[in-house]
Amino acid sequence: MKTIDPSFAEPIDSDRSPALSSSALGILVFIVTELMFFAALISAYLIIKAGPEAWPPAGQPRLPIEASAVNSLILFASGYILFRGYRSFVKEGNSEGTVKLVRFCLLLGVVFVAVQGFEWVRLVGFGLTMTSSQYGAFFYLIVGTHGIHAIGALIGIWRLYVKLRAGILRQSSFQGVLFFWYFVVGIWPILYVLVYLS
Amino acid sequence: MAEVAHAEVGHDDHHDHHEPSFWSKYVFSTDHKMIAMQYMFTGMAMALIGGFFAYVFRMQLAFPGASIPFWGTLSPAAYNSLVTNHGTIMIFWVAMPVLIAAMGNFLIPLMIGCDDMVFPRVNRLSYQIFLISAIVLIISFFVPGGGFGGAWTAYPPLSAKAQYNATPFGAPLWLIAVTLEIVAFLLGGINFITTVMNARAKGMRMYDIPIIVWMIVIASILFMCSVGPLIAGAVMLLFDQTLGTGFFDGAAGGDPVLWQHLFWFFGHPEVYVVLLPAMGIVGEITCTFARKKLFAYKLILYSTIGLGILSFFVWAHHQFISGVDPRAAYLFTTTTLLISIPVAIVLFAYIATLYGGSIRFTTAMLFALAFTGEFLLGGVTGIWLGSSGVDVYLHDTYFVLAHFHYTFVPIAIIATFAAVYYWYPKMFGRKMNETWGKIHFWGTTVSFNGIFIPLFILGAGGQHRRIYNFQHYPDLAGADMQDMRVFATLSLIVMLAFQVIFIVNFFVSLKRGEKAGNNPWKANTLEWVATSPAPHGNFGPVMPEVYRGPYEYSVEGREEDYWPQNEKPSDS
Ligand code: HEM
Ligand SMILES: [Cu+2]
Repeated sequence: MKTIDPSFAEPIDSDRSPALSSSALGILVFIVTELMFFAALISAYLIIKAGPEAWPPAGQPRLPIEASAVNSLILFASGYILFRGYRSFVKEGNSEGTVKLVRFCLLLGVVFVAVQGFEWVRLVGFGLTMTSSQYGAFFYLIVGTHGIHAIGALIGIWRLYVKLRAGILRQSSFQGVLFFWYFVVGIWPILYVLVYLS
Repeated sequence: MAEVAHAEVGHDDHHDHHEPSFWSKYVFSTDHKMIAMQYMFTGMAMALIGGFFAYVFRMQLAFPGASIPFWGTLSPAAYNSLVTNHGTIMIFWVAMPVLIAAMGNFLIPLMIGCDDMVFPRVNRLSYQIFLISAIVLIISFFVPGGGFGGAWTAYPPLSAKAQYNATPFGAPLWLIAVTLEIVAFLLGGINFITTVMNARAKGMRMYDIPIIVWMIVIASILFMCSVGPLIAGAVMLLFDQTLGTGFFDGAAGGDPVLWQHLFWFFGHPEVYVVLLPAMGIVGEITCTFARKKLFAYKLILYSTIGLGILSFFVWAHHQFISGVDPRAAYLFTTTTLLISIPVAIVLFAYIATLYGGSIRFTTAMLFALAFTGEFLLGGVTGIWLGSSGVDVYLHDTYFVLAHFHYTFVPIAIIATFAAVYYWYPKMFGRKMNETWGKIHFWGTTVSFNGIFIPLFILGAGGQHRRIYNFQHYPDLAGADMQDMRVFATLSLIVMLAFQVIFIVNFFVSLKRGEKAGNNPWKANTLEWVATSPAPHGNFGPVMPEVYRGPYEYSVEGREEDYWPQNEKPSDS
């Protein structure tokens, strides 16, 4: 659908060099919204948790603390590797090394999401659902929201990977995706501590 | 995200210069001006729907049980649905798209001297999502059970359970529509902020940015920071409605007041999100037609930033009788009274701008002046409501309703008309007819006061909101009160009738209006450099450069009483 793009926009930063590329800045603004979104979920969770009912309630399965801890490490590793990938892209462009790092990050990210999904299936089997208790409802709400963000970010990384291999990737695009992945990785430990360790 | 991240690449494939087809020019355009027009016309169409709803339920209040022309008799359920959707439409589908989206899209690139938004395709996506949201809302009126009727604030448990609200499909569709609409503005907001940060014309420094651009950016930031909690609440409420969770259900261990917090944490900043663009519009027009420099530009700017920050700490003034701790109520009373200071500063700076000016009473200027006067009434009554002791009595009466209509109507109607009369030449290359414009102005503002002054009095007299038929309440059924209701309703009909003049003037002027030229008002800001209407890319091959602030009017020693921002200084 190429013809439907009559915009005459030149690359904006041709004669000025803004502190941050538009992609990165746009993503940062978006991340602010996301932070407020998660802050609302967390405060709702804390308010309900402080309510009269026992937390976690009797008769509901416990969350897999250890398995999720290991899974968290996988997510952190993936974040670090994308950082390395970005550095390598800045230095040597779409070299073999960069491609490998991005691919590795993608793989780890997918593993994280898959393990999460596997855990969910088991928890549902044990009787923890969105309607079984507030405990279950908030677990799926918060962790699920994070999972959707992870999937969205992974799609972004995948597109980045495709463009990287085709040699048409811009640094600013990479930066935008990188920031968003930082966000997904960075908010996870907060959610883990609040939801799993309580 | 992927779209955001890759939009820049999109610039490359823009350079095939063939004549665009109808679809690519009007429907799938990425041009910021076309997207602004899409938002504006959609908003205006929605305003007609919202206005019609108001007519129907006001008729019921004035003549309870009568058969209403163009509608028939109104059932209680339909009454609730009309009131709910009137409010929803006017805020989310009229004020937001017209003030933020249409004005922001149209003015930002033109006023900061660039060719388009930095993410044109995200911009197009934003409008498409918005359009879908409007369609979903309209569909929700026709599903079994009818449109949602639980008030625009959608408090649970009424909104959460179909057994209470009796709209099993209307309620979730309403929520989905609102959420989609908000996602659309999120994309727009990202664009506005990023564009102003990164794409300003050469030479345009911080204090050279026109005040309206600042205000739209600050409004966008407020929106971006406040909307997350509403989306979170909407998702939770949707789950309560459809999956049977009990986030807001006290019996299931949830908390209904939690929704109120999430809603108003967004809801109060939101009123400033629509207020700021309106104040920006009025600022621009006041300077142009008073031929005066904006009084205290920096003070206005910093007051607005302060107002923005404060607006995150006042939300519980909507909940004084929802079981909020009285000590907390005291704090929120304090912040609410504080926030009226920056608002007042801006308004008084506008009034000071008028002082000693050579004022031209064009239609746009009349509307701008009316905004300043009428909004003051809205703001002042807000201070009363913000005092928790007073609000215990006034909450949920027509006094509150009159208060926020004295804020919203100046914002979404009066300031919007000011903007349309003022920028119409830049949008379409011709001026609107001034005589008819003035008739429209007087008809609109006088009848507006005719509607809401009686409602202030009724509200102070104890008339509650959201009541289908006051004749059922002996205290409220007296003839004197009923007379005021009839007066308000008749004023509404007059106000609606005067809009016909506007619509005719708008469309006739497209073809027959006086040709405007590039700078019909002799204004300084950059949008008046572009030809009228502005072409794709806005400024042709040479982008404007900025040498001075936007408000250098009546500068001593100059022949002209204005000094465009882009005019090269003669001595250099
Ligand atoms: C100085 C400025 C303002 C102050 C101090 C103020 C204060 C208040 C207070 C305390 C209430 C709660 C009354 C109650 O429900 O009992 C209220 C309601 C409301 N205000 Fe304002 N306000 C101000 C400006 C605005 C503006 C600019 C807008 C709109 C753009 C606005 C829109 C509303 C709305 C919509 C409600 C009622 C919401 C509802 O219950 O449906 N206010 N205001
Ligand atoms: Cu408020």
